[in-house]
Amino acid sequence: MDILNALVAILNFVVIPAAAYGAQLALGALGVTLIYGILRFSNFAHGDTMAFGTAIVILLTWGLQSLGVSLGPLPTALLALPLGIALTALLALLTDRWVYRHYRQVRAAPIVVVMASVGVMFVMNGLTRLVIGVDEIQFADGARFVISVPQFKAMTGLTEGLALRTTQAITLAIAALSVWALFAFMNRTRAGKAMRAYADNEDLALLSGIDPDRVVRLTWIIATGLAVLAGTLYGLDKSFKAFNYFQILLPVFAAAIVGGLGSPLGAIAGGFLIAFSEVALTYPWKKIAEYLGFEPAGLLQMLGTEYKLAISFVILIVVLLVRPTGLFRGKAY
Amino acid sequence: MKKLMLATAAIALGAGGAFAEDVKIGLSLGFTGPLESMSPNMAKGAEMAIEEANASGKFLNGSKVTAARADNTCADAAAAVAAVERLVTAEKVNGIMGGMCSGETIASLERVGVPNGMVMISPSATSPALTDLEDGGFFFRTSPSDARQGEVMADIALERGAKSVAITHTNNDYGKGLAESFKSAFEAKGGTVTMLQAHDDGKADYSAEVAALAAAGGDALAVVGYVDQGGSGIMRGALDAGAFDTFILPDGMVAQGLVDRFGAELETSFGQNPSSEGEGRTKFNDLATAAGFDGTSAFAGESYDAAALILLAMQAAGSADPRVYKDKVMDVANAPGEKISAGEIGRALELIAAGTDIDYDGASAVELVEPGESAGTYREVDFKGGQMNVVGMR
Repeated sequence: MDILNALVAILNFVVIPAAAYGAQLALGALGVTLIYGILRFSNFAHGDTMAFGTAIVILLTWGLQSLGVSLGPLPTALLALPLGIALTALLALLTDRWVYRHYRQVRAAPIVVVMASVGVMFVMNGLTRLVIGVDEIQFADGARFVISVPQFKAMTGLTEGLALRTTQAITLAIAALSVWALFAFMNRTRAGKAMRAYADNEDLALLSGIDPDRVVRLTWIIATGLAVLAGTLYGLDKSFKAFNYFQILLPVFAAAIVGGLGSPLGAIAGGFLIAFSEVALTYPWKKIAEYLGFEPAGLLQMLGTEYKLAISFVILIVVLLVRPTGLFRGKAY
Repeated sequence: MKKLMLATAAIALGAGGAFAEDVKIGLSLGFTGPLESMSPNMAKGAEMAIEEANASGKFLNGSKVTAARADNTCADAAAAVAAVERLVTAEKVNGIMGGMCSGETIASLERVGVPNGMVMISPSATSPALTDLEDGGFFFRTSPSDARQGEVMADIALERGAKSVAITHTNNDYGKGLAESFKSAFEAKGGTVTMLQAHDDGKADYSAEVAALAAAGGDALAVVGYVDQGGSGIMRGALDAGAFDTFILPDGMVAQGLVDRFGAELETSFGQNPSSEGEGRTKFNDLATAAGFDGTSAFAGESYDAAALILLAMQAAGSADPRVYKDKVMDVANAPGEKISAGEIGRALELIAAGTDIDYDGASAVELVEPGESAGTYREVDFKGGQMNVVGMR
């Protein structure tokens, strides 16, 4: 019984929240890594693309809600997602036409393009605030919990409770689904193979007749789709606040780099690694130890939660020192 | 600088010469940032006091007072210094109602207020650190120090049966100051603190903080943070994970935004914020309702009082020069003298002009103790029935 309690406590406070957060980071990092791998620059505007996309999804959700449309126990935002992705992708394509295409044509150094993306980031930043404002917005509707703590306790009779929010379950399901779809696309379809060829060697890809504009367009659409998904899932799970999406850029980049920039598998692993180490290393293991029959004197906490951001960076530094290309051998230009 | 001195001299001359002079009061509040939901009502409170003085026509021989708002962001000390600097140099204000948050107030006071000889009366900066600051007599506050709030908070928590608590505080001067004063008071009165943890505002995810607090355990969780920021994020996480269902909430959290967010989930939670009851408070609330804003909003009354004190001190000194009227602030705020309630600024101005001493009470029963801060009455609130109820005064 005590061992069960310990397990439930770990699940409730470490595994479930970290898995949901990790999935959100992984989706964000996938977009970053795709753009790095194929377009060859670090896109600093990614966080604000997430924010802008989520803002559009929220507006569409409100529209649907006012029409009386709902998905029952699921959040209405899921219905608004496809159109939200389409609109945001349109903006990303326009940005590419107006900004990045020029730098590609003059074959500018990657750092120049990175700086251009910082500019785009500030524009997107302002655009998001113009569209939806700076306030915190809760837009999750439908059932809040798959299992709530009181239900779980009544069901099992354990002293520890377990909560699984609908948004956490949806996040994990959608993340798994979109990662599967992405890999199927990249490995099986002609277009996906063309993208990989272009990423591996641009000149060879051009010689074999791959249309570079098409590859660039596809990359933007897929990366933006992932960004809007990540942003919406994050917003549903926590809440939407334009400023927080700027902050999330940091862990997202850490995840992409730890996994190996340019490697999709690495981005996923990196996302979960960062999320789990943030939560697990700052978790006081006292209660668990007590359930297992020990009597610890202190809290058994390795690091104060103030240092959780530092954890991502320590991992980042160690990985860069020991294995500069990241865990999954990404590429460094 | 030369211009500034000229301007100050001109103002001093003008006031001394009994000319009607336009006087400007700066309002330095965080219109954006972690307390942006409180700021509008605070600004309206201060502006109401200014309008009252204007309507009476008695202020400094018929001088008109205007207000100049500045956004100090609450969180960013550099932005606050720039905002207050603009008030002093570009807007040429004669006094400042603000700042709002403790860290930003300390920075703008030390770097702009004191060097420029500008009176700043804060309605809401409550850090104990401000008590001992070298302020050259230019700083006052109509809110009490958090050293006192910590005591009150500990009393309320113990009376309501919380014997052991976990504390999470926002990582700044306000959070640290109040959390530590609460911890020492709570432990001195026999309670146990299982964990004292800092959280950063505006972070992507608070599961690590919630997990740590849950593991430390306790009867209740004290959230010394901001309602528009990490404070609510941590509460959301703690409620969802079933870690805590009773929260102890100090002034940064007790706001309508909290009830809007959590509603019925706050059934067993309680808290306190500096405020007072009685005739002045009721009058102020009525006036605020008539003026079209919510007077019960946190620190709205204190803002009204801060602005009123500046105006009354100017009247008592017969000058809008901050270097002159700063010595009159304590006089008009405290006994002896005719009691002045909210809505009576016109009468007070008349009394002062006639040479009668006044004792300004205003909306929050103002009583300033050395070195220029409120002695402190708090209202105890709970959230039964999904709304905020004031259950008593301390």
